[in-house]
Amino acid sequence: MIYRETGQFRTSYAEDQAIFRLRQDKIGIAVILAIAWIGIPFFADEYLLRAILVPFLILAIAAIGLNLLLGYCGQISLGTGAFMAIGAYAAYNLALRLPALPLLLDFLLAGLIAAAVGVVFGLPSLRIKGLYLAVATLAAQFFADWAFLRLPWFTNYTPSGSVTAPPLDFFGWVADTPREKYFVCLAFACLTALLAKNLVRSRIGRSWMAIRDMDIAAEIIGIRPMTAKLSAFAVSSFVAGGAGVLWAFVHLGSWEPLAFSIDMSFRLLFMVIIGGMGSILGSFLGAAFITVLPIFLNQAPGLVGIQLSTAMVSHLEFMIFGSLIVLFLIWEPHGLARLWQIGKEKMRLWPFPY
Amino acid sequence: MLATVTPSPPAAPIAQRQRAIGEVLLAVENISLRFGGVRALSNVSFDIRKGEIRAIIGPNGAGKSSMLNVINGFYHPQEGRILWKGRARSRMRPHEAAKGGIARTFQNIALFKGMTTLDNIMTGRILKMRASFIEQALYLGRGRSEELRERAFVERIIDFLEIAHIRHTPVGKLPYGLQKRVELARALAMEPELLLLDEPMAGMNLEEKEDMCRFILDVNEEFGTTIALIEHDMSVVMDISDRVVVLDYGKLLADGTPEQVRNDPAVIAAYLGVAHG
Amino acid sequence: MAELGPLLEVVLGGLMSGVLYALVALGFVLIFKASGVFNFAQGAMVLFAALSLVRLAEWLPFPLAFLLTIVIMTAVAWAIERLVLRPLVGQHGLILFMATIGVTFFLDGFGQTIWGSNVYQLDLGIPASPWFLLESLFPGGILVSPIDVFAAAIAGALVLALSIFFHSTKIGRALRAVADDHQAAQSVGIPLNRIWLIVWSTAGIVALVAGMAWGSKLGVQFSLSLIALKALPVLILGGLTSIPGAIVGGLIVGAGEKLAEFYIGPSIGGGIEYWFAYVLALAVLLVRPQGLFGEKIIERV
Repeated sequence: MIYRETGQFRTSYAEDQAIFRLRQDKIGIAVILAIAWIGIPFFADEYLLRAILVPFLILAIAAIGLNLLLGYCGQISLGTGAFMAIGAYAAYNLALRLPALPLLLDFLLAGLIAAAVGVVFGLPSLRIKGLYLAVATLAAQFFADWAFLRLPWFTNYTPSGSVTAPPLDFFGWVADTPREKYFVCLAFACLTALLAKNLVRSRIGRSWMAIRDMDIAAEIIGIRPMTAKLSAFAVSSFVAGGAGVLWAFVHLGSWEPLAFSIDMSFRLLFMVIIGGMGSILGSFLGAAFITVLPIFLNQAPGLVGIQLSTAMVSHLEFMIFGSLIVLFLIWEPHGLARLWQIGKEKMRLWPFPY
Repeated sequence: MLATVTPSPPAAPIAQRQRAIGEVLLAVENISLRFGGVRALSNVSFDIRKGEIRAIIGPNGAGKSSMLNVINGFYHPQEGRILWKGRARSRMRPHEAAKGGIARTFQNIALFKGMTTLDNIMTGRILKMRASFIEQALYLGRGRSEELRERAFVERIIDFLEIAHIRHTPVGKLPYGLQKRVELARALAMEPELLLLDEPMAGMNLEEKEDMCRFILDVNEEFGTTIALIEHDMSVVMDISDRVVVLDYGKLLADGTPEQVRNDPAVIAAYLGVAHG
Repeated sequence: MAELGPLLEVVLGGLMSGVLYALVALGFVLIFKASGVFNFAQGAMVLFAALSLVRLAEWLPFPLAFLLTIVIMTAVAWAIERLVLRPLVGQHGLILFMATIGVTFFLDGFGQTIWGSNVYQLDLGIPASPWFLLESLFPGGILVSPIDVFAAAIAGALVLALSIFFHSTKIGRALRAVADDHQAAQSVGIPLNRIWLIVWSTAGIVALVAGMAWGSKLGVQFSLSLIALKALPVLILGGLTSIPGAIVGGLIVGAGEKLAEFYIGPSIGGGIEYWFAYVLALAVLLVRPQGLFGEKIIERV
């Protein structure tokens, strides 16, 4: 009976519209934020920060981007990796060729460039749906792969094809320790989550969901499918582009085009499906799952005494991912986020079964 | 076939109802619609006056839903034209119809199954919301004030249609009758001048039908909304409509008051069949 | 006339590889035509079939290995139908599509776990040395690979057989009904599950043939699975429901790719093949959202 709402009355629509309505939820998010901002930086070791938390946060941001497009607006995209790449290379070139601009502005502009390209590759969604659209988004992916590989201007004519990010200099403060990098990513993750959540519960979010659920009915409400779909592509690509910048600059440091190949797109797709389509929380859960699983697969057999080759681990990963996708789609298409919700529901009623 | 349902004491006769029926709001002229070889509508003309309740009836397959789709902008007729508020429309898309003040419900409920009742009805207010992208993203200024303002507006409709108890329920989980009511609420949220209802009482029991009738009448009387509805239940049609259009095989069969139409031999023949020797 | 030589070679080579693409696309079309499911896992099935064949052929005589592989592919089809499709009957197409992506990953991992992840050579006994045609017209002759010719012949025969199958047999009609509407087909007594088993097994056999063709050309290795990605633009061009469309689409993509590489490639840095097919498909979609041969979708309200 811990999770009851009894006695909590909302006396204004404003209160009812709040993101966290129940007192328990408010306490819960406060605790999580406290752990994230205070607890972890103090107690986590470098490995945890560098190899697990930073990639988790960045991929969560990218997953939010894809979720906005796929989960909320119902437009499938297999090219999210491409938009991350566009963001990364845009920021790199901006930092390189316009050194006068502050780094944050580079990030912002890179996101906007990715958004613009996203709109262009989203134009087909006005005429085609479903898997035809998926193929069109693959066009974006492969084209970006090729462009960053074969057009040397993007990589500043380096012979190896790989580039290095400039130092993370934010108005004088340089983030170069794992802890500082973690803070940067955490800040962006919280910001993205907040903005996404706001968008999703406002007019634009509802128009996305209307298009997803029944685009014909959406039209009769007065929603223009073009505006809704293209705005979804734009916002999604902006967020993915931003995540790409972070991935390249904060996590990888140096990278080559392959870092954003179709593998990345599929990884993000899995995060969104497993975590929960149409859920901001789900993006985080999915990202956590996909980030932790390979590490678990690497360590766990060793703990039980079985030795597996790296190739074998990679094959196992494939098999587990694949089966999980199928399992989730059959069993709970709304992913871990829905499971979480169901868990909360049960807690409200506990000890009663229903 | 005629459905015979005896409702509770009928509402007051038309003449006594406070309704000002005005000039022509929508007129369809010589509309013909074909799908490949199938003629859905042939040379149909009628008008709808401001403030009235117009029933469109006819046997199954008569073209009634197609007629609504044409008015809505979903289908574009091969011949004929539509005059909305005196001006002829060329090819109009559904969202333009929405902007022009036409709202509609569907035979097979067209609600957004992934959203709650409240969110569904809030989508009906989309055309009235003007907040910019940044304001929405930051939930500031108009982003916030509009949400609250529209929420208040929508809550009045929710009260009016008595669906407050399900406002946070995902519509997919609602029973059929309630879904139809939510769809009506969403259409009302658009503050339409013309409300097109496609079989709003299909599949309802007697009690639900009475409720829906009451709501439709209230909407017409309190908000002055012009209503065109497709309906199979003859007693409902007789009771609440001002004028009736009868379609059969895509053609106009009769057009007049309920009494006129009911006694029209062509209509009787279409519904009951001509007696064979 | 002689200057046309290299061009003709490029075109012929492109057409040949186009036929190979079409072979893979055929599997997609089969399944989509019959069950409305876009089977992203077709590429993984090609890989799995090729791997099974090549490894079994190391111990068993080739015909036996071939037959055994067919049995294996049927088992795979059965498993997919039972474990993935049946629980998802009636679901949105997108959900099914994503489920097949899951199957792809699973099959890729599974196949390599069982059969290993090295590159295996598939020797079908086809002469490897190229033929030179029309040496009288063009100096040196036009270079043509016998493997490609063999694949083209097989593909042609397969297409013919499948077209006849779909149009003229009772099962073919049933398959078309199922593709149209699962539940309606069930309600007229069509045994959905058995139909799907037949279709997926057939797709498995098509995958095997495709695997043999591509495997002898490239060697049997993981990248075979990625050929499926190349088949997608073929499907767009040909329309997802048309068997002849898959062939035409394959030819266009194959020839188009090679020609684009030949003419435009050198000026932009090469590697056009990477994305050309996709951009071509995209351009076609913008003009004809149903592909060149696909059926137009009319939405009823």
